[in-house]
Amino acid sequence: MSAATGRVGVPGKTGAADGFAIDARDLTRRFGSFVAVDHITFDIRAGEVFGFLGANGAGKTTAIKMLVGLLAPSEGAAHVAGFDIRTQRDQIRRNIGYMSQRFSLYADLTVRENIRLYGGIYGLTPGQIAERTTTMLDTLGLSSNADDLVARLPLGWKQKLAFSVALVHKPRIVFLDEPTSGVDPITRRQFWELIYAAAARGTTVFVTTHYMDEAEYCDRISIMVDGKIAALGTPAELKEKLGADSVDDIFVRLARGAPKGAAA
Amino acid sequence: MSNTVEVRSLSKSFASVKALDDISFVVAEGELFGLVGPDGAGKTTLFRILTTLLVPNKGTATVLGLDVVKDLWEIRSRVGYMPGGFALYPDLSVAENLEFFAAVFGTTVEQGYELIAPIYKQIEPFRDRRVDALSGGMKQKLALSCALVHRPDILLLDEPTTGVDAVSRREFWDQLGHLKASGLTIVVSTPYMDEALRCDRVALIHGGKILEIDPPDSIGTRYGLPLIAVRGGNRFELLHTLREFPHAHAVYLFGDELHYTDRRADAAPETVANEVREYVAGRGHKDVEAHAIAAGIEDSFMELMGSAPAPTATAA
Repeated sequence: MSAATGRVGVPGKTGAADGFAIDARDLTRRFGSFVAVDHITFDIRAGEVFGFLGANGAGKTTAIKMLVGLLAPSEGAAHVAGFDIRTQRDQIRRNIGYMSQRFSLYADLTVRENIRLYGGIYGLTPGQIAERTTTMLDTLGLSSNADDLVARLPLGWKQKLAFSVALVHKPRIVFLDEPTSGVDPITRRQFWELIYAAAARGTTVFVTTHYMDEAEYCDRISIMVDGKIAALGTPAELKEKLGADSVDDIFVRLARGAPKGAAA
Repeated sequence: MSNTVEVRSLSKSFASVKALDDISFVVAEGELFGLVGPDGAGKTTLFRILTTLLVPNKGTATVLGLDVVKDLWEIRSRVGYMPGGFALYPDLSVAENLEFFAAVFGTTVEQGYELIAPIYKQIEPFRDRRVDALSGGMKQKLALSCALVHRPDILLLDEPTTGVDAVSRREFWDQLGHLKASGLTIVVSTPYMDEALRCDRVALIHGGKILEIDPPDSIGTRYGLPLIAVRGGNRFELLHTLREFPHAHAVYLFGDELHYTDRRADAAPETVANEVREYVAGRGHKDVEAHAIAAGIEDSFMELMGSAPAPTATAA
């Protein structure tokens, strides 16, 4: 891919394609005089699980919208799956999956219909859709619920299904926006095992969360404060560097330093 | 000390779904009582019954000594209720929302100002901003101000910290601590297990049933099985290796560690830790640390959840 510049090896990862899955250079977005995202620079390696943290209002959503091609940057550059976020948005959309907590599935369609719908949107053939539906239902243990309306599924199942549907076209990168909000602690962990399994197959995972213990599950994390990246590294590195016991401590220390009002 | 809330054998069903299944607990005057559990546990149904918005199928509940079915009007004027999702008027400004809630309760912002000031002052600079332009943390502070403006005798908060970042969550709990210190009784629900530590007592709730009620620091003491924290190497592979250990009861990701529970209740935890370390070393996991730990709230919740009958058919 064109974006590959000096790849660093990812220990313990297999099946990762060469190059960075995402690289951002001085990525910036202004709304009038307000700088929502202020010159952020980072690289995410293929197959990495990257936690994108920040307080409410720190600029996470704006940054994600630029990366998935929904919002043009005011300044700076970024590549996602090797494609330019300014000029190659269509290619980016075909190579990424996206799951948000609220809008991922159609509640009044059945489980099977949701998979077929998303397979169709992403241009899979009927044969591919049939094959992936069977695999997905098996993996999730949802075979006997295939014809149930999604509205009737427990929240934890919906979230696991939404994640699998976001991967139906085998994207190189999947964006997960607070994927585990509200679910019980066992289901949250089962969800993270799905994330690890996807990463082990080479899928890059870009995830936001308000659960700080989940930040510890990531290979690397960044913490945004007032539009800037205030910390970037593995959870262990950051804890050592800042003399903190947990990511929660780091987060609170960095985000509390932010000016009042901006991150309220 | 009298009980501000008394719930006896309370049940509520919606069609075939048992939202609450024979729940009983009391909340003492001045207590900060937490209901901790995931979405769908029954927390919101319970709040709606306590605030007289729903009538139970079975059982009784009193709030401030008043019956939730018979004495609904008096209860309504004396409770402060902050529903999930904050329930503010998005097209009204900050100040208009607060004035509206004060007016509904027949009072004024001035009369309630002293109580709400520590919270409201943080958002007062934005008093003319429309609520739909506020961040989650600001909405949360406004919703709490609106629930307090008529100086209620009890505060009922349904998931006030959901979707709010870790900093705002801590500040919110600090505020609840101040309100408790002023003598107010508070019942608060949350899906975040770590927040249970800020309560006097917590009820762990799942699938419409209360699994346990205790002060947060005694919940782990009933765990009953050896619990080992394991760390090192590739966590995902280590997780699978540990699950293959013949005595494994449960293995979960846990922050930067894995928590391994052994099914042999009588085994000495340190012996189990040594066995676990040797077992994973024999499977090629080098430099793995393992040591016995005391169970926390989340460990206990998962253990109790796992042993309770599943609320919805087969588990995935």
